[in-house]
Amino acid sequence: MSIALVDYGAGNLTSVLKAFRAVGADVRLVSQVSELEGARAIVVPGVGHFSVTASLGLDWHTTIRGALDRRIPLLGICVGLQWLFEGSSESPGTPGLGVIKGRCFRLEGDVKVPHVGWNGLDRTTRPSRLLDEVPTGSSAYFTHSYAAPVVEETAAATTHALPFSSVVERDLVFGAQFHPEKSGRTGLRMVENFLRVVREAR
Amino acid sequence: MLAKRLIACLDVRDGSVVKGINFQGLRNAGDPAELAARYNAEGIDELTVLDVTATIEGRRALIDTIRRVSEQLFIPLAVGGGIRSMDDARAIIEAGADKVSLNSAALAQPPLITALARTYGSQAVIVAIDAKREGDKFEVFGRSGTTRDTREAVDWAREAADRGAGEILLTSIDRDGTRSGFDCELTAAVSTAVPIPVIASGGAGTPEHFVEVFSSGRADAALAASIFHFSEHAVRDLKTFLSDRGVPMRLDW
Repeated sequence: MSIALVDYGAGNLTSVLKAFRAVGADVRLVSQVSELEGARAIVVPGVGHFSVTASLGLDWHTTIRGALDRRIPLLGICVGLQWLFEGSSESPGTPGLGVIKGRCFRLEGDVKVPHVGWNGLDRTTRPSRLLDEVPTGSSAYFTHSYAAPVVEETAAATTHALPFSSVVERDLVFGAQFHPEKSGRTGLRMVENFLRVVREAR
Repeated sequence: MLAKRLIACLDVRDGSVVKGINFQGLRNAGDPAELAARYNAEGIDELTVLDVTATIEGRRALIDTIRRVSEQLFIPLAVGGGIRSMDDARAIIEAGADKVSLNSAALAQPPLITALARTYGSQAVIVAIDAKREGDKFEVFGRSGTTRDTREAVDWAREAADRGAGEILLTSIDRDGTRSGFDCELTAAVSTAVPIPVIASGGAGTPEHFVEVFSSGRADAALAASIFHFSEHAVRDLKTFLSDRGVPMRLDW
């Protein structure tokens, strides 16, 4: 039984695989919905355009929602976090999984977009297992142009002209807008925290 | 607040780190994987591996070096030098690089920028521009600074961004290896012309040079090699210095 890292054509997954393996996870790439069977956790990564998530069609939605019902933890990274929401103005016709209410929007203001580099995680009052031993203000590596709104599930927010959700968490649904696999010790800590959630979910 | 990034460049030839002085006269400064680990521990924000001789001698960046460098490195890693095709880029990315940096190949075949951005995302595509002052203009040079191109740096940066580049790595040929400071005028001209981050390179000699390039140069990141390699200014000390002068820095690592 292993963690399924969903490979749906949204960029390169070498770094994500390396980070999970570095903290001792048994992780495998999954490109067919049928291969999710038996997974102890599901990780949806992603870079680039929200429209790429269209290849995670209705069958993926149904299977992943079913897995959540069976207490299988779900982690979305970058576009994967945005996909947890209902949709994005980047690709209005592409529905997200919709397990968190709200729509993603383009960052804009007197700043450069894309938002590239290290920025701080401002923890909210919401308790978070993903952020266990990650103090508020910790730096994480971001690279994105669209972002998710700050909502009830927001465990950490970050501001780049506009505030957005950098970590969301509700029960077994987790999301990180930054790249934990590229965020040094802080990022590896979050991957470890997710592994602990996976171990304790059964 | 978004931190300004410090990027250490490992100029690599035959698996060893070297540093060019005005792209000439190389001297050995160590094993790339060892240096990468040291920089990571010191708090560097990102690493760039540049196969310095790749374009001239037709060499490809050493896949093995990338594998070894990326093994235990969980910060962004960019690789440049000798990348001419989708296949070259794929091999480098699959070996563990997060970003590829195109220079001569982007000048020769600009559609490659778009093709790479479509496959790996814009965040994985850096267009490197080597620029030299010619009168009141900044001319672009290819092939490791040896061949003058017809394009002007600001225009070329705009075009690269339009074609899908996620970042610009801007090197001043005039300043490279001189330790006389970044070309802040060049950097500001490009940085204010494009919506994407600009990494300033060439000329770092003192901590004050970094303050200048992040303020008047409007740089989003600064890249250097020798200033980091020989411990004249440890990364940690430089970050503290910059932070004390109001430059936003990542100080937790």
